[in-house]
Amino acid sequence: MYSPAIIAEAVVNGLMTGAVYALIALGLTLVYGVLHIINFAHGALLTAAMFAVWLVYEALGLDPYLAILPLTPLFFGLGYAVQRFVIGPASHGNDSNILLVTLGLSIVIENALLAGFRSDTRTLNTDYGFQVVEFGPLLLSKPRLIGFGAAILVTVLLWLLLSRTDTGKAIRAVAKEKFGASLVGIDVAHVYAVTFGLGCACLAVAACLLMPTFYVNPRIGQAFVLVAFTIVVLGGMGSIPGALLGGLFIGFVESLCGLFLGDSLGQIGIFLIFILVLLVRPTGMFGAKA
Amino acid sequence: MTFRDIAPIVVLIALLALVPAFISANTVLNFLVFTLIIALAAQGWNILGGFGGQFSFGHAAFFGTGAYAAALLQVRLGINPWIAFAIGTVAGAAVGWVIGYLSFRSGLRGSYFALVTLAFAEVLRILANAATFTGGAAGVLIKLDVRPGNFQFESRGAFFWIALALVGAVLLLTGWIERSRFGAQLVAVRENEAAAKALGVDTLRVKLGAITISGAVTAAAGGLYAQYFLYVDANIAYGTWISVEAILAPIVGGLGTVFGPLVGAVALHGLGEITKLAAGSVPGIDLMVFGGLLIAAVAFAPAGILGLLRRSARSRGAARNA
Amino acid sequence: MLEVQNATKRFGGLVAVNQASLKVEAGSITGLIGPNGAGKTTLFTLISGFEKPSEGGVLFEGEDISSDEPHVRARRGIARTFQIVQPFAGLSVLENIAVGAHLRHAKRSDALARAERVGQRVGLGPELDKSASSLTVAGRKRLELARALATEPKLLLLDEVLAGLNPSEIRDIIPVILAIREEGVTILMIEHVMQAVMNLCEQVYVLAQGRIIAEGPPADVCDDPKVIEAYLGAGAAERLKREKVHA
Repeated sequence: MYSPAIIAEAVVNGLMTGAVYALIALGLTLVYGVLHIINFAHGALLTAAMFAVWLVYEALGLDPYLAILPLTPLFFGLGYAVQRFVIGPASHGNDSNILLVTLGLSIVIENALLAGFRSDTRTLNTDYGFQVVEFGPLLLSKPRLIGFGAAILVTVLLWLLLSRTDTGKAIRAVAKEKFGASLVGIDVAHVYAVTFGLGCACLAVAACLLMPTFYVNPRIGQAFVLVAFTIVVLGGMGSIPGALLGGLFIGFVESLCGLFLGDSLGQIGIFLIFILVLLVRPTGMFGAKA
Repeated sequence: MTFRDIAPIVVLIALLALVPAFISANTVLNFLVFTLIIALAAQGWNILGGFGGQFSFGHAAFFGTGAYAAALLQVRLGINPWIAFAIGTVAGAAVGWVIGYLSFRSGLRGSYFALVTLAFAEVLRILANAATFTGGAAGVLIKLDVRPGNFQFESRGAFFWIALALVGAVLLLTGWIERSRFGAQLVAVRENEAAAKALGVDTLRVKLGAITISGAVTAAAGGLYAQYFLYVDANIAYGTWISVEAILAPIVGGLGTVFGPLVGAVALHGLGEITKLAAGSVPGIDLMVFGGLLIAAVAFAPAGILGLLRRSARSRGAARNA
Repeated sequence: MLEVQNATKRFGGLVAVNQASLKVEAGSITGLIGPNGAGKTTLFTLISGFEKPSEGGVLFEGEDISSDEPHVRARRGIARTFQIVQPFAGLSVLENIAVGAHLRHAKRSDALARAERVGQRVGLGPELDKSASSLTVAGRKRLELARALATEPKLLLLDEVLAGLNPSEIRDIIPVILAIREEGVTILMIEHVMQAVMNLCEQVYVLAQGRIIAEGPPADVCDDPKVIEAYLGAGAAERLKREKVHA
């Protein structure tokens, strides 16, 4: 058996990873909640964001945490454009078409990155990458602690944006009833694109928080995208609090499975949860309506 | 099926069977065999996705099962490769039935069905990658022992013919489905499940039938892959690449048509080779083209290449009549 | 032939159908009328099996079919049309009808032949090779009817097949319905077009707020004060009577 300290550390580490997972899932669940589509390109877009972080660090020496400032609006704009000019027009409003178009996008993005950056795995060499904070008996990684705090902060900010601002109200109106929203003068195509942009902005922040302790290669998004789908399904498609809770829970499960089953089998716990939730209760465990 | 349905399939396969008589370059035959394997996997997907409207994103689950069964049964248990191949195909059908039973019983459809199939394939990939019986991450190597009785051949032409025969058999099978009660009910499920039920269609049984046949066909492609390359590992057999290939070919070729998957696979991989020749050795460039084509097909040619051909034939006919 | 016994259907807190009972005699045309939102279509979904009753049961030819799936009921001989038409949009009109015909005919050629005959009968003859999505509203209603008929039912459930049709289209389709009955098919129909109900039905049930509030021959039911109030509000029957006296 493992000592309580090791288990406690695994739990806390899992929760910290989970918060960043939640941030990734947040973009996915937001897009699902409003556009009612499953965005298969989410993982590839995350990979693109991670490469962007790496690139500005290598080329301009920009610290990943500072990179949040330019990259978030950049990815918002990118997401806006992708939805408005590619996904929207190409799918003719048909659900299975959207599924296929986003799949096509993910293939294009992933392989464009492969063509541009080759398949090498890259990391950032920041001077704080391995710093730790003592927390009682636990030694916690400083950048991951920052990631945890920032992810939760962004979740709260996004929630405030949706519940307090006019843009948020328009987004929620479109999510509930797009036809009615268009009747009261809301530009649905614009709101869709804004929502997709917000989803991509979340990815940019997540990428900046991940990169100090993680690595990037063109295929890395695949590892995250299924985890993010699991969180979204678990938390209830479209639910922001659900995504946060789901993310923390999945981080926790992954960390413990990794501890007890080893690295190669660690992820299986996540997929089994995923399948079970889909089969038993596809509307999610935290009560959001499908 | 009538003679008119069967004749074009037989003629096409007979013509294609002549190819090795003219081309003996190994690289070309390699390309053709690989393309046929993809076409076969895609034909499997098309039965469920094209005719039944159930979009699986995890056909790797069947491909991998066929591939691993073919490899493991002969390497670990000494079973004759031909029999191992047949068992692998049946195993694919069984996996199809189980995944179908679980998901269709729970009423999963659309995006949810796509996600759950993807997850099943990933679970199998992780298991195959971790278990010692499957050779773990190192995979399984099939011993080189070139004898026809051993499903290994001196010439690549022989493999080409076997792959072609299987593709031809599935063309006939799909043609039969198109003209049968099962096919009519399957298409009805795709178009409108509630209406199909009201007309007495046992939708669960029809969908289960489709995913079982679909699993068997794609597993046969996997078995063929293992036998041709004599090597299988988890990322090849259960990797997302094959799930994607199986989706791409029917959509680009013509969703829910008999020839769509074959046309799509040939067109995609033909174009992929051309792109590689043109762009040099940039990795991923062919897949970029595939992804772009998928988007373009959905946006501009929902009936695929066959749909475009039919449309242009009709407008040419109309021009002549005018 | 069909008997609904004290059927209740709840959706959460909403009671859509409340202790409803009705009987359909073999060979009859029975009407089911009632104001919008009365629960008529819900009652149909209970009979056709798309929903299961929360309480009560459904008997068909003396057998309890309450737990049968819709396709099993179709096999027993119950066919339904949908109020909101549900064509197989990607298929031709003939192929649409053939899906129904396949219930009793395994061979493709038999099913197609049967579908063609049914299509001719409901007046879709010239449209058989067109795509179902190209049909007009009246054409789609006929298609609903044809598909259901192609299953060779004993009991036909018609959910507002006349709604959305203009008077001349209604005049065209009424003989078709009568002819179907002449061939021995029992019919239960939800209908808002009262003229058609008066002409076609021998027996009428009135559903309001989930309950059966009246039953009998159409002429009697229309004079029933309870029915008038269900449609026009409390006190309406009294007012109408007074107006009649004054006039």
